[in-house]
Amino acid sequence: MTQHTVSSFDEELKSLDDMVMTMARSVIRQHSDCSDLLASRDATLAGRIIDGDRAIDDLQVGIEEKAIQTIAKRQPLAIDLRTVIATLKIATDLERIGDLVKNNAKRMLASSAQSQLPPGAANLEMLNERVAEQLDRMLEAFEQRDDGLAKEVWMRDIEIDTLQTSLFRELLTYMMEDPRNIGYCTHLLFCARNLERIGDHATNIAEQVHYMVTGATMPIDRPKG
Amino acid sequence: MHGVAGMSVQQIEGATVRPLPTTKIIARDVNVHYGEKHALKAVDVDIPDCSVTSFIGPSGCGKSTFLRCINRMNDTIASCRVTGKIEIDGRDIYDKTLDVVQLRARVGMVFQKPNPFPKSIYENVAYAPRLHGMSRSKAELDQIVEASLEKAGLWGEVKDRLGDSGTGLSGGQQQRLCIARAISVNPDVILMDEPCSALDPIATARIEQLIDSLRQHFCIVIVTHSMQQAARVSQRTAFFHLGTLVEEGPTTDIFTSPKDKRTQDYITGRFG
Repeated sequence: MTQHTVSSFDEELKSLDDMVMTMARSVIRQHSDCSDLLASRDATLAGRIIDGDRAIDDLQVGIEEKAIQTIAKRQPLAIDLRTVIATLKIATDLERIGDLVKNNAKRMLASSAQSQLPPGAANLEMLNERVAEQLDRMLEAFEQRDDGLAKEVWMRDIEIDTLQTSLFRELLTYMMEDPRNIGYCTHLLFCARNLERIGDHATNIAEQVHYMVTGATMPIDRPKG
Repeated sequence: MHGVAGMSVQQIEGATVRPLPTTKIIARDVNVHYGEKHALKAVDVDIPDCSVTSFIGPSGCGKSTFLRCINRMNDTIASCRVTGKIEIDGRDIYDKTLDVVQLRARVGMVFQKPNPFPKSIYENVAYAPRLHGMSRSKAELDQIVEASLEKAGLWGEVKDRLGDSGTGLSGGQQQRLCIARAISVNPDVILMDEPCSALDPIATARIEQLIDSLRQHFCIVIVTHSMQQAARVSQRTAFFHLGTLVEEGPTTDIFTSPKDKRTQDYITGRFG
């Protein structure tokens, strides 16, 4: 894109962009670490993920402050306005993703007494992978301002929804089979639900990228499972 | 929601919220040459009644030139040649049989620098109605003066000193006096060429408030260098660049999602 006549405006927008990228990368790393917990049950790692959410919250506050300052100082218009507003909303979604990952880490910690991999874990692993792919796509869509990729994120959320639904049925079966499964299966159920919510936040972000790039909003209805 | 944006209200609610704004001015293939210089190139635009349309663009883009075509002020420049068609209420204003003096009474103009006559406040406003024989008595003229000053939001400030000189008022008051003078002959269209650029922010806000209230009765076209002003006061915005009308549309669209890259570059401050 052509540079602004006032170069400090470009620098401000760039720094906002960098902050979002940092935040998104942190969230993705948190999610990836949390996925490892499923197999490792590593309490130290879980603790680090839980503590690490604080930095993500701080980034969100920083982005909000910066965006408000930019609006006050520059009165951005057109693509600049859309970028600043989309950035604000994306930061909110990333913060929510961070919270959900943190909640999953807590649940993994709570069920770490389980000596062996509980049933259903394989499907949860697959769900983790799908979510990770969506988050990577979302990051690239934002970084490259790639509307095509944003649309792909938006379209593919249905895969996560479908997987979550089948995992729900599976876990329900285990719980009915043996009541001793109920404890950890409930944790897994909530994890699956959290992952599904993370997928929704990723599509929200994709919608913001679409708005930022095109100035149009995505249709209200998205493919549902 | 107002003006052209009001159309969407009507579409959403399906009821007659307000009548759709009718087109007041139609311009087709308007070209202006100053000698060899092609200052305005094939401009086509429809300007709605009872709303504010702003013209924006860098200096020398042709926006003021086009504004001056609408009351034929360019006629006064010897080297200037205007071709194409401009209609107001369906009447071709470049028709040979049209009385230009009458046209300029119907199309009022407010300039960048307030330019009251070196006469009393009363005379500034009374001058044109008297010239056009709009009143039969002193009482009627008094009424026109009061109504015009009232509409221009100046009456309260000057009613006790109508005999004072217009040039003794503050800049913002002078500008409102000029607006009162423009509306004293009950024009169809008011053209404003950067009406606030010589005013402080408070006087500017008062003029903007005035423009917003005048919109109910008049078709207003404003040239402004302030993007924020265009965004605040107008319902439609036209962007001119190098003598071309690049893009015209609802103000909210122009300032959030302009279609043309040149418009985007200009309003976001990315110009060359």
